[in-house]
Amino acid sequence: MIELEGLSKRYGDKLAVDDLTFTVRPGMVTGFLGPNGAGKSTTMRMMLDLDNPTSGSVRIDGKHYAQLTDPLRSIGALLDAKAMHGGRTAYNHLLCLAQSNGIPTARVGEVLEMVGLSGVAKKRSKGFSLGMGQRLGIAGALLGDPEILMFDEPVNGLDPEGIHWIRNLMKSLAAQGRTVFVSSHLMSEMALTAEHLVVIGQGRLMADTSMAEFIRENSRSYVRISSPEYERLLDVLESAGITAVTASDGHLEVDGVAASTLGELAAEHRLVLHELSPQQASLEEAFMQLTAGSVEYHAHSSATGLAAEAPIPPEAGAGYAEGAPPAAGWGAGWERERENRKNRKRGL
Amino acid sequence: MAVVQQVLRSEWTKIKSVRSTAWTLGLAAVVTIALGALISAVSANSFDTMSQEDQLTFDPTLISFAGTGLGQLAMIVFGVLVVSNEYSTGMIRTSLAAVPQRGTFLFGKVAVATVLALVVAMVTSFLTFFIGQAMLGDHKATLGDPGVLRAVIGGGLYMTLITMFSMGITAVLRSPVLSLGILMPFFFLITNILGTVSATKKVGQYFPDQAGGKIMQTVPTSDDAPYGPWGGFGIMALWVVAALVFGYVTLRRRDA
Repeated sequence: MIELEGLSKRYGDKLAVDDLTFTVRPGMVTGFLGPNGAGKSTTMRMMLDLDNPTSGSVRIDGKHYAQLTDPLRSIGALLDAKAMHGGRTAYNHLLCLAQSNGIPTARVGEVLEMVGLSGVAKKRSKGFSLGMGQRLGIAGALLGDPEILMFDEPVNGLDPEGIHWIRNLMKSLAAQGRTVFVSSHLMSEMALTAEHLVVIGQGRLMADTSMAEFIRENSRSYVRISSPEYERLLDVLESAGITAVTASDGHLEVDGVAASTLGELAAEHRLVLHELSPQQASLEEAFMQLTAGSVEYHAHSSATGLAAEAPIPPEAGAGYAEGAPPAAGWGAGWERERENRKNRKRGL
Repeated sequence: MAVVQQVLRSEWTKIKSVRSTAWTLGLAAVVTIALGALISAVSANSFDTMSQEDQLTFDPTLISFAGTGLGQLAMIVFGVLVVSNEYSTGMIRTSLAAVPQRGTFLFGKVAVATVLALVVAMVTSFLTFFIGQAMLGDHKATLGDPGVLRAVIGGGLYMTLITMFSMGITAVLRSPVLSLGILMPFFFLITNILGTVSATKKVGQYFPDQAGGKIMQTVPTSDDAPYGPWGGFGIMALWVVAALVFGYVTLRRRDA
């Protein structure tokens, strides 16, 4: 169990981590999600006592990290894949870690076998691919057979086979009753592994819930509706006080009104409908929606690309953001909206 | 104390499992011995053409250690790399996660590197002396001569202290480029110039290598410093302690 209490980290004027309080529990994979620059790695470094918090504290099974005897036996961490001396062989890298925590030498061979690096044990790690480096880092985390494991962006740079392997590893570690804490900036990745979610944006805690609850609370549900009598449909909706947004394919999207209500409304006006379907936004969208206001580094030029990934087309995205209160705007729509506003100012 | 033993074992594995250790220590030994032998041979040949004063103050022991000035640079590289490797590779985060007691970590590392440096430097020092004296022929000194054994052991200790000083400075600066960029010219040029030019000599003679190098002298020179061989060595030791304390405080305070 890892407990964070009021954890903050300030770099100059910038508050990188802002008063984080949450608990990572054993027996499941807890996903630590946030956009790039949200403070995930800083938080993880403070958990390992590598960085000093400006205020607040972290407790590992009730103790401060520095109070742990042989910490690798309590908590294993993969921070970055290349946190090792490239001139040292994989075996020696693990051996010096094992010795520093009084872990039997035989364990080195075991973990190398576990991560599939036995064949290159005597090779210097600078020749390793990113995936192999990642595996060696994971071997280091598993070395002390710890009850708590922490992985910072473990799937970065891995091939599909490696990603699959890591997912299964994390799940099996959690199934053994261990505490598994994994950071990622990809919601889709978390959806496949994590049962519990901690979301941060600009260093602040945005959500600390189970995965299922997160999806329920944060995903936008809407109804897709289309009719051959497009103009009449719009009129009918408008007279009923319902705001509809036109998607690029001529469909309308309606927020916050049940499909049944819309169907009854159409029947009342003897309107033919070709489609009436409730839609659920994907997890990625839910995440983007939650962190839209807190994204640190925007790629302005790729705003269209970002919007294109979402199921709603760009035009609708902008329209939607305008129609809805800003706080509920989509990540993509919000981004698009900003871009539009800037363009308008430039007189475009 | 279990932790200390574990850290020492771990650091020993670390130091012997990288190539730079053998390269730098080997280079230090070869350069010190070879250059000392060469300069000894040259001095033996030109002894008869020296001025009378030079002949009277001729210090065969010190002559054989003439390679120290260059050889110490390799020891500095060794000291710098032992510490800076951790930072330049990112290994420091892995290391400190394994040993969160930063004092134990740093001093464990320094202790292991120091013992290794001491062994290499002592062997180098005796070899340098014997080979140098062999080259000096008729003008040679023996270990039984006054002050000679002290000077030869001192030569080994001097190299060891230089290594420790470099480790302390690197623990403060962290970057290998920065540390080498400061230490190399400092010991190769700056202290030599400041220690020789009369205007700056008063200050220059208190620099670590200028003070510590005194221990390799067996014949007092006219422009003598206000400290003896061991006094000078003590001054150098103070520099080393200061550098290591500074390094420790830095490691304690800063984020890894």
